[in-house]
Amino acid sequence: MDSVAHTHLEDAMAVSVYVPTPFRRLTGNRSRVQGRGKDVAELLENLESQFPGFRDLLFDDQNRIPAHINVYVNNREINTLKGMATPLQNGDEVAVIPAVAGGTQDGPAPALTPEQMERYSRHIVLPHWGTDGQRKLAQARVVVVGTGGLGSPVLMYLAGAGVGTLGIVEFDVAEISNLPRQILHHMHDLGRPKALSARESLADNNPEVGVILHQNRLTSDNAMDILSGYDIVVAAVDNFPTRYLMNDACVFLKKPLVEGSILGYEGQCTVFLPGKGCYRCLYPTPPPPGLIPTPAQGGVLSMVPAIIGPIQAFEAVKLILGMGQSLNGRLLLFDALSMELRTVRIRRDPDCVVCGDHPTVTELIDYEEFCGLPGAAHTAAGSADPQP
Amino acid sequence: MAVEVRVTSTLERLVGAKSVIGEGATVGELLAKLDAAYPGFIDQITGEDGQLHRFVNIYLNDEDIRYLDALDTALQDGDVLSILPALAGGL
Repeated sequence: MDSVAHTHLEDAMAVSVYVPTPFRRLTGNRSRVQGRGKDVAELLENLESQFPGFRDLLFDDQNRIPAHINVYVNNREINTLKGMATPLQNGDEVAVIPAVAGGTQDGPAPALTPEQMERYSRHIVLPHWGTDGQRKLAQARVVVVGTGGLGSPVLMYLAGAGVGTLGIVEFDVAEISNLPRQILHHMHDLGRPKALSARESLADNNPEVGVILHQNRLTSDNAMDILSGYDIVVAAVDNFPTRYLMNDACVFLKKPLVEGSILGYEGQCTVFLPGKGCYRCLYPTPPPPGLIPTPAQGGVLSMVPAIIGPIQAFEAVKLILGMGQSLNGRLLLFDALSMELRTVRIRRDPDCVVCGDHPTVTELIDYEEFCGLPGAAHTAAGSADPQP
Repeated sequence: MAVEVRVTSTLERLVGAKSVIGEGATVGELLAKLDAAYPGFIDQITGEDGQLHRFVNIYLNDEDIRYLDALDTALQDGDVLSILPALAGGL
């Protein structure tokens, strides 16, 4: 077989080959190598001649590529093309991706299907991600409260990234003033429950993500029940009562909370981890009603949640995959007009009434009253447009 | 000390810009001078007790002044002071 590869080497196509971690001891630890061949079979012979042992790692004892290893040509799995006879062109990108890189086949998370390998290939090849990371995402459960300007991109990117189970808390219906920034909802959704249009839009992108709808306002009566079913909570709400409600519930449940907020041309984002501070450490009390304009009063640039939402989504992904530096302990500030992004330090307050050393708030309270809105009926999670 | 003071929201409307140059040896002194120039400024930041509102944070460069010397925090030329109220919006 070697002779065949060598015979054609002069006129064979030169391609770039992605080498998975378990194979890199053969390639001097390189993740990308050049190979030649007019088709995949020839390329694999060529790789064996360059890196003796490659073939033994790739093929089983029946001389076939086992089911847990996929070979991709330009991100198409070769069994969806012409298998080993798939022709190659100069500049093609070939990737060899074992479904269980670094692990065993009978780990807790199921191996990825060929379609999943293809769908998530741009992420899987990233450092710190890989198939292990992709399988962790598939096992993860994230709940997003609100499907508005922030919630829409948060959910789109979490679904796109393959988070296995997404909870959506939303009780409102779509209105036309939502459409410039709430990308889960469309003209044909006007007047429909946003929970339904959100689920449909997510399914259009990634039907394998499990979506659980909670078509209620988040309240002190249901928050513990709803949020307890998830690993990570994302706040994408438009009002202070729900923000404080989610904060306190996450402290009590010891759940990570990914916070985002927007107004005008500006946005903020941070992450609160159990035992490391909370929203009340940052802002112990809300502003009196009316002091800080709502988006309905002060306006909001639609592109701001389109920046902050994906940042929230990635912060959730970082927690799931255990990668990078979390925004925990930092408040990220974004100003679209000056196009500045910076962070300031935030920390746990030992005197915090919820998460401090001697907490005095130990169960959920009436957050409308706490925020100076006694009896107010119009503030809750995910309302379409805040009342003036 | 000349310090850049970055403001947002209501304060931005009051001063008519996203940032303003302030003067003072301490944060408290600087805020008092800004209040003289922009009447009502300090009411957005401190309460009747003279303490910072709990829904407003002031950062000296990247540090919350509550963890420095609060309103007595000393200022240096070239410092950046950011006044940040909580934001409600998410939609």
